[in-house]
Amino acid sequence: MTDAEAHGQLAGLAHQFEDLEQQQEADALGIWLFLVTEIMFFGGLFAAYAIYRWLYFSAFQGGSHILDIRLGAANTIVLLASSLTMALSVRSAQTGNRRATVTFLIATMILGGTFLGIKGVEYNQKFVEHVVPSLDWAPEGQSLARLAPGGLDHAQIYFFFYFAMTGLHALHMIIGMALLLWLVLRARKGDFTPHYFAPVEVVGLYWHFVDIVWIFLFPLLYLIGGRY
Amino acid sequence: MSTATLEPRVHAQRNYLNDDYGWKSWLFTRDHKRIALLYLVSITFFFMIGGSFAVLMRIHLVEPQGALVQPETYNKLFTLHGIVMIFFFLIPSIPAVLGNFLVPLMVGARDLAFPRLNLLSWYIYIVGGLFTLYSAIAGGVDTGWTFYTPYSSTYSNTQVTAVAIGVFITGFSSILTGLNFIVTIHKMRAPGLTWFRMPLFLWAMYATSIIMVLGTPVLAITIFLLALEHLFHVGIFSPALGGDPLLFQHLFWFYSHPAVYIMILPAMGVVSEIIACFARKRIFGYRIVAFSSVAIAVLGFLVWGHHMFVTGQSVYAGLIFSLLSFLVAIPSAIKVFNWTATLYKGSISYDAPMLYAMGFIGLFTMGGLTGLFLASLATDVHLNGTYFIVAHFHYIMVGGAVMGYLGGIHFWWPKISGRKYPNGWAALAAAIIFIGFNLTFFPQFVLGYLGMPRRYAFYPAEFQVLNVMSSAGATVLGVGYLIPLVYLIWSMRYGPIAESNPWGATGLEWKTSSPPPTENFAEIPVVTEEAYAYAAEEAAGD
Repeated sequence: MTDAEAHGQLAGLAHQFEDLEQQQEADALGIWLFLVTEIMFFGGLFAAYAIYRWLYFSAFQGGSHILDIRLGAANTIVLLASSLTMALSVRSAQTGNRRATVTFLIATMILGGTFLGIKGVEYNQKFVEHVVPSLDWAPEGQSLARLAPGGLDHAQIYFFFYFAMTGLHALHMIIGMALLLWLVLRARKGDFTPHYFAPVEVVGLYWHFVDIVWIFLFPLLYLIGGRY
Repeated sequence: MSTATLEPRVHAQRNYLNDDYGWKSWLFTRDHKRIALLYLVSITFFFMIGGSFAVLMRIHLVEPQGALVQPETYNKLFTLHGIVMIFFFLIPSIPAVLGNFLVPLMVGARDLAFPRLNLLSWYIYIVGGLFTLYSAIAGGVDTGWTFYTPYSSTYSNTQVTAVAIGVFITGFSSILTGLNFIVTIHKMRAPGLTWFRMPLFLWAMYATSIIMVLGTPVLAITIFLLALEHLFHVGIFSPALGGDPLLFQHLFWFYSHPAVYIMILPAMGVVSEIIACFARKRIFGYRIVAFSSVAIAVLGFLVWGHHMFVTGQSVYAGLIFSLLSFLVAIPSAIKVFNWTATLYKGSISYDAPMLYAMGFIGLFTMGGLTGLFLASLATDVHLNGTYFIVAHFHYIMVGGAVMGYLGGIHFWWPKISGRKYPNGWAALAAAIIFIGFNLTFFPQFVLGYLGMPRRYAFYPAEFQVLNVMSSAGATVLGVGYLIPLVYLIWSMRYGPIAESNPWGATGLEWKTSSPPPTENFAEIPVVTEEAYAYAAEEAAGD
């Protein structure tokens, strides 16, 4: 325990590290590696998407044309804005501006919540239009007309990918929101200093990653098939 | 060796075992050494569960028409045997037990980079294990450990979802372990411990961690999709709706072939340590052996298609996968040759860990060479789906990985427990395991070559002699595994006190006391020499 006591005066330094620099480097490498695992995780899904889009392009085209492109575009803007506020909160933590850190973190949470709200509206639309694979699958009217040429079974696979990909993405957003809340509480207590702000940076990198996933999802799901 | 006599052990000094008492001090510990012991107990439990499934199967196969269970039950037995042994014993075995214990000690650090994540990984493992145990009790699962679609997604009415959730969850424990090791090895090496001064066990752990970090997420997403398909029948793997079952196999083997190297690479690392120590020589071709671990990790990601030669993959893909599978044999062979060259003119002693390591080399070579039969397109068509495959991968995973694991446990047991075990019993157990193993699995090569398919509850009467031999061997093997369990537990209380370096081995883990103090080292050591400086040490001692 003498070891921990010796380090005791340095706030935020865990006992297994020699100094804050080593800890910061380890944290940074850790989160980047975690993001690599996330890329592999989503990568399997993207690979499966690519194969079925190649096999059943017209079904994917039809499915894509049913999505509400305005809501998707709005969400893209909201999420990009949240990445900006996230970056600003990391910057504020680095410069030791506690109030700005908290403000930007809360702004990020509000934008994240907006994204999830819009996503919820979109999901609800899918139930209204009966294009939820397996659970509520009975496309009718205009949806049916758009989906029929590609085959309804194959369109169901498209919507499976739509829900699996955006659903996993939304799950990551929800986890990110919880992490942001944790950061807000810690930042208000004044845990972060210009010497120790790794948690803000780490969560920031995670948030940007989730943002980037959406940057890929938006064109892959909403913009395929020469809509305009 | 001179350090041994310098330590008066009148009173047990403070160490990680007596630093704190009570169940809370274990279940909420962040000490990598205690977490390693938590894993040791848990994987031993799962090993016995998985082993008992195997015992039931071997009893059943004593008679051609099946001696014990219904065919449906037999299907569940081999499925659960595979799932438990692979995901809950072999994959965590050396990394989570020996790796957890040794990586910080070997790099000269006070703990892993992320101790809380390390504890979390154990809890994740336990939750995944509970799901799997639940599924076993609630009716079992009969898809085979590979969960091939559309059987697992559409036709099986067993506990596919619960097992899928269990495997999915457990995957994250191995991701976190791998992540922790990579960061620790990169950022926390003691002063002077350059990459090429690291013990080869660390290189093996590093290569293993790369596979865990890159491969396991793909298994996670695959299992996730499978569970969705099983629950909702959306069609992604179902040919009836236009889905492609082969896609499942591609995604599954993209992880599950590299997973074989998650099991064998750590054992290779253990064997490198043991061979060097008991031959009193630096490992021949240290750098090549180190790089061969990384080469296996990289090439291992490019050979998954050799599991699919006969499942409808294109012939050209088969050709390429066959070639790549031959390539991955090269770094494995390099290791075997270099161990052999290390033994040449070494001053060899045959303590128990060395016996396990020698057993590993022999059995792994058999398993590796028979792998080449299966990597060749033409012979694979004949041998695929037969007992030849069963024998082949048991030579790798049981003959290789489990022998390496037991060798490692015996090698580092004095460090882990602070006690010595009876060497005679350990040597006897090693011999019994070696004999029992070969008696169990060598007949299966013959059975497979003669055409007996795997995963069948019945077989033609002319195969009975070989099957009875195999079942008899399994009995011997089972006894062999029980003996270490008894004397290792015995040694914890009654074994002679171990000095800090009973084998006279090099490496930082032997420079601290046995068992190590909670903070590992009184002072962070400084490394001034290469790994395995045995000759130099002996010259200085004389």
